[in-house]
Amino acid sequence: MPETLRLALAVAGKDIRAELRSRTALLSAIVFAALVLVVFNFARDPTALSAADLAPSVLWVTFALAAMVALNRAFTIEREHGALDGLLLAPLPRSALFGGKLLANLAFVGTVEAVTLPLFVLFFNVDLRAALPGILGVTVLATIGFVSVGTIFSAMAVRTRFAELMLPVLLLPFMVPPLIGAVQVTARLLAGRPMSEMLGWLRLLALYDVVFVTLCTMVFPAVVDE
Amino acid sequence: MTDPAARIMTRGLRTSVAALLGLAGVYVLAIRFTPVEARQGMAQKIFYLHVPAAWCALLGFSLVGIGSALYLWLQDPRLDRFAAASAEVGVVFAGVMLTTGPIWAKPIWGTWWTWDARLTLTLFLFFLFVGYLALRAALHDPAERARFSAVVGILGMLLVPFIHLSVYLFRTLHPQPIVLKPSAPSLPPEMLRTLLLSMAVFTLLYIGLVMLRYGLAMAEAREEGGDVT
Repeated sequence: MPETLRLALAVAGKDIRAELRSRTALLSAIVFAALVLVVFNFARDPTALSAADLAPSVLWVTFALAAMVALNRAFTIEREHGALDGLLLAPLPRSALFGGKLLANLAFVGTVEAVTLPLFVLFFNVDLRAALPGILGVTVLATIGFVSVGTIFSAMAVRTRFAELMLPVLLLPFMVPPLIGAVQVTARLLAGRPMSEMLGWLRLLALYDVVFVTLCTMVFPAVVDE
Repeated sequence: MTDPAARIMTRGLRTSVAALLGLAGVYVLAIRFTPVEARQGMAQKIFYLHVPAAWCALLGFSLVGIGSALYLWLQDPRLDRFAAASAEVGVVFAGVMLTTGPIWAKPIWGTWWTWDARLTLTLFLFFLFVGYLALRAALHDPAERARFSAVVGILGMLLVPFIHLSVYLFRTLHPQPIVLKPSAPSLPPEMLRTLLLSMAVFTLLYIGLVMLRYGLAMAEAREEGGDVT
């Protein structure tokens, strides 16, 4: 297993280095997330609905849309110049390849989320100080879940026509359980509710992660092998 | 009539026509010979279409999941063709379920739609399989299409309990199961008889339509130059 992990980290490292050299995808995804936050602000009537009431759903819809944009990119770079064939010929197990792509996507989506969160505090004027550790925790749990499914679907979507359209159509239904859970937990955290009220949702999120990361690792060879 | 694809399609057509005739019988039975429910009146009659359609949609989608898992294991193109046929027919029945439901809900609940656990689950199942069919349509290579759609079929089957769990915590408005419940069915025997007959007819229609679609997929596979077994 440490060997698989080492190989997965090598694949992730390659992706992250490639991204850091150009930075275009990362910057576009961050700008996109910021724009979504700004647009939300114009779609609400501040006299009818306070920013704090709307905050959890705004935060998570923004994260979900930004993740979608980010995931679209994950296998596009492998498709160009036949880079995926090179990866498949390399002596590494498919599980390590999936793990590597998953880690790289998590780093990518995580960075976008890390930049979006302060912007969210700024635009929506919510006080996150007390809830911050909890919000970071639930963000990690929920993000692992939908990014693992997104990694698989991104690998498939690049092979189709209308790839940019195919990923959201396939992925959004799978985002529903992590999004409902994350919004519920975030709302309770912001309202300062006790931990016991969130435990059920956190269990659901953790279970989702275990089931879908395992399953995606298992079915990944069917997506890349001819 | 030696062509296997044409033979299956002819059988599918006969089964579907028989089922549609049966469906006409169900209408007559439901409207003329089954008692009118005291509180809901005639609106309740839609129950004899809505429940069997829901049953067939869920049957179709479950079989897509099972067919997909078996396909990845056995690599038999017949399983892929079956999963595709079942998904298409399942989406049609889900469409019937999602149209008859609101028509009934408006007079009875006073609203077309509510984000109740069951309604949400079936709506997302519908979206999931529309996505499955969209993916199939966007891929050209038959082997690739079969592998990719099998992956979506399997992941979709495992998504169902999660969506159910996560939306169940909302309060439910939808009537609880009345046939498959631990105690004896609480439906009057005449209504139960009509319902069960309707479910049998719908199941037959599902089988007929899947056969038709399966035969068509065989003919398509031959056009694409794949092996036809």
